Amino acid sequence: MRLRVRYFASVREFTGLREEEVDVPDGATAEALKRSVLNRYSSLRGQEMLVAVNGAFAEPQRTLKPGDEVALFPPVSGG
Amino acid sequence: MIRVTRDDFSVDEEIRRIVRPSVGGVATFVGTVRDESEAGRVTRMEIEVYPEMAERQLEAIRGEAIEKFGVEDVLVVHRYGDLNVGDNIVLVAVAAGHRAEAFDACRYVVDELKKRVPIWKREHTPAGGRWVEAGRPD
Repeated sequence: MRLRVRYFASVREFTGLREEEVDVPDGATAEALKRSVLNRYSSLRGQEMLVAVNGAFAEPQRTLKPGDEVALFPPVSGG
Repeated sequence: MIRVTRDDFSVDEEIRRIVRPSVGGVATFVGTVRDESEAGRVTRMEIEVYPEMAERQLEAIRGEAIEKFGVEDVLVVHRYGDLNVGDNIVLVAVAAGHRAEAFDACRYVVDELKKRVPIWKREHTPAGGRWVEAGRPD
């Protein structure tokens, strides 16, 4: 399945993209998608990345479904 | 009452939105752009946000604060975009019957915001830009 993946802050800079579509096997987990993105962009290696699914933080074992919006970003620093 | 916006805010105007007859006090926290950090002299700041998620997370924190501390209302305005030294970044205002719960809830909202709302700061110094490293969640 193809999922929309959004990137923010340093992750956006390392990928050079605000968003893209990523192919993952049906039933893939949030962790599997993160690994797939890490493999695609060598510049991301060693970066700490958090995963959100549909606007909420996701556990690594969260199963992704068609239509999910995934976001990858570094630890937050607002306030 | 949650807002993520490029625009500046007026603390007075915002407070009027949450004061009502049952309120005996309002505690506020205003975060502003400081002119220095561990990286040196800061000349300006960029703030990036994942708006849909930030609003959702802030609504959740607001609800927790109201329930946990029994306060009357909580308002958060967080800015993004290009800011200069001295500019407002964030306002947290808590209206409550009494001061103790207003202070406690205000601190809770600021602390939780820093841990789990998807907003990132990039400081610019004479040496260049750098993403502010997150405080680790505790």
